[in-house]
Amino acid sequence: MNTPNLEDMGCGTSSATKDKKSEKALKAALVIQNWYRGYSARLKTRQRYALTIFQSIEYADEQGQLQLSNFFSFMLENYTNVPEKEPGLVTRLFGSSIQDKDRQDYLGLIEIPDSYCGPRLQFPLTFTDIDLLIEAFKQQQILHAYYVLEVLFETKKVLQQMPNFTHTNTSPSKEITICGDLHGKLDDLFLIFYKNGLPSVTNPYVFNGDFVDRGKNSMEILMILFVSFLVYPNDLHLNRGNHEDFMMNMRYGFTKEILHKYKMRSVLMPPIPMDGDRAEKKNKLGTATVALGIRTSGSFSEQLTKQEWEQVIDILWSDPRGKRGCYPNTNRGGGCYFGPDITSKILNKYQLKMLVRSHECKPEGYEICHDGKVITVFSASNYYEEGSNRGAYIRMSSGTTPRFFQYQITKATCFRPLYQRVNAIESSAIRMLKERMISRKTDLIRAFQLQDRNKSGKLSMGQWAFSMENVLGLNLPWRSLSSHLVTTDKDGNIDYMSGFQDVHIQKPVKEVQSSLIETVYRYRSDLQIIFNIIDSDHSGLISMEEFRSMWRLFKSHYSVHIDDSQFDELAERMDLNKDGSIDFNEFLKAFYVVHKFDQLNKSDTKLA
Amino acid sequence: MPSSRGSLRPRDGPASLMSPPLAEVAVAEFHKKIKEAFEVFDHESNNTVDVREVGTIIRSLGCCPSEGELHDLIAEVEEEEPTGYIRFEKFLPVMTEVLLERRYRPIPEDILLRAFEVLDPAKRGFLSKDELIKYMTEEGEPFSQEEMEEMLSAAIDPESNSIHYKDYITMMVIDEN
Repeated sequence: MNTPNLEDMGCGTSSATKDKKSEKALKAALVIQNWYRGYSARLKTRQRYALTIFQSIEYADEQGQLQLSNFFSFMLENYTNVPEKEPGLVTRLFGSSIQDKDRQDYLGLIEIPDSYCGPRLQFPLTFTDIDLLIEAFKQQQILHAYYVLEVLFETKKVLQQMPNFTHTNTSPSKEITICGDLHGKLDDLFLIFYKNGLPSVTNPYVFNGDFVDRGKNSMEILMILFVSFLVYPNDLHLNRGNHEDFMMNMRYGFTKEILHKYKMRSVLMPPIPMDGDRAEKKNKLGTATVALGIRTSGSFSEQLTKQEWEQVIDILWSDPRGKRGCYPNTNRGGGCYFGPDITSKILNKYQLKMLVRSHECKPEGYEICHDGKVITVFSASNYYEEGSNRGAYIRMSSGTTPRFFQYQITKATCFRPLYQRVNAIESSAIRMLKERMISRKTDLIRAFQLQDRNKSGKLSMGQWAFSMENVLGLNLPWRSLSSHLVTTDKDGNIDYMSGFQDVHIQKPVKEVQSSLIETVYRYRSDLQIIFNIIDSDHSGLISMEEFRSMWRLFKSHYSVHIDDSQFDELAERMDLNKDGSIDFNEFLKAFYVVHKFDQLNKSDTKLA
Repeated sequence: MPSSRGSLRPRDGPASLMSPPLAEVAVAEFHKKIKEAFEVFDHESNNTVDVREVGTIIRSLGCCPSEGELHDLIAEVEEEEPTGYIRFEKFLPVMTEVLLERRYRPIPEDILLRAFEVLDPAKRGFLSKDELIKYMTEEGEPFSQEEMEEMLSAAIDPESNSIHYKDYITMMVIDEN
């Protein structure tokens, strides 16, 4: 140092100078460390908040899904408006038309052209077909519909013969690997096979459902899993998840993926329900893997009774929680929450040691709860967004502790520092949240104004948070998120209209009321599913008449208060009539959210 | 340079000096804020969090305790026989005090800058990677390897292998706002 110090002026020895310097350095280091730890903690919290937002919205959508199922039941009871489509609609909704045509009918409709250079499977399937598929999919080839159908029929045949429960033996030399949700993320499956080896007699696997939806390779995952299952039916176990469901697929992307990859509308495969509504329980003491089912052996096309269906939902939708007892799963709108006491009771009753389940995205890919008796494993990394979470799988055998393997697929962003990744998922989450807000703008403003007695345009933090939670039905840390959503004045009061400033729903037609635009935007996924189901020839068009009557039914079931005349006017003004038909995809695409400060013009219109 | 250690804790305006209604409202708001922060880490929704996440929660509420101070805080909220979990009922009153008394205030930007400058006596405007590692892992309340790597990934300029601390600080401050 060049500036004169007290020490240099003869007050201390040179070692005292050193001590003083090192004391300063110590203090400086402490300051930096302290600041950094605070900053790092806040980053992690922001990441956690983003995940909470994604998850809340996902579960709220699932509620919407169950509501839609109810709507279909309601629709069928109010049949008068949809006369001659009747049989088609029923069978399409409940999938019992599978039995009408058999394998040959379908396969007879398709030919594989010589020009096809994708993978060619050979029945009976062997492990070379698994390799073949994997290599082909790595090069982004698409398996021809002919083979897809063959695999589907064959799988159905084998599954039908299997019981709902499967027992498997394990030993230290023959461990079993358990994977959770994959959701169409092919890269994660490839990584698991790369790290853990392909399935075989000595390398058995359990896949715990939710193979499809959301990711863009649901079909490829399904094909790899089904082919592997056909080759090793005793060593590759497939359990059903809540996404192995026709209606879920319509909303969450699998149907769309199929329509996109296989533009063969006339042979669109009706849903293949997977046999076995199975949860997976492990008996560590002995040898058994027990899959618990509720369907007794019976004809595949038998309809479930209402009670059976409720049991299915319970198995596929429930989540473990810390609170004791069993109570409705209000987040998801179906299934229940079950506590550690319930777990103990059931495990003791069947002399089981552990429950391994999936269904919930966990930041670390897995989570252990209920005193180590329940493990959640989730295998789709970056499920919500690049950087949102790790994936994991478990290896276990009788007599050993389970071993967990974690991973995260990253591409170019691999070397991005943490703060950039957090920024990315945070922006994405806030964006989604803002879209939610705008879709409920009318209801929110009404709720705000009810509390704003002075008509000042301002509310306290508490009041604002209360309304947000109530109207949106999302249990989120509103106070912590408020800085991203609204402006706050120096007294800590919130300007509630500021939340709607930089987003709006594009008005396809100026003269129509905002509330109608908002409503159509809000229910756009549901409407799309409904229209797709009505559209029996998959032409993308329905008649104006059907369009109107469907809207009226929808309106009454969902208690939407919009004038019929408003809606008619909207449809007409959008000039979508093509010979008395409406292209409903075009109709729905016209409703999207514009984010003011976006590089892109359109928001992510993720229509199912 | 203010020391963040020691038993002298800055206190302004203890709650009792504020008029009762204001104090009540303030406390109620703090309670809600604390509950929100706690719930995000309460995975099983049973009003407990893993003790290893308590530091993150406290810091997310805007406080910057040192590791030593954090250790003391944890001792206050832990059970008689530590279970590895912290219950909300114990956490809430302690944390409310902390917020009301405005304890563990964050480091202002200029103090942070001066701290870096102390470690850079030659006033080059940067620290080499090795220097930063040495200070952060050997002095004060040393970083773990993970913390060190994490800080480096954002702070380091890969071409010069050094940390231009002024730019770094500016970047971090912008990011938080």
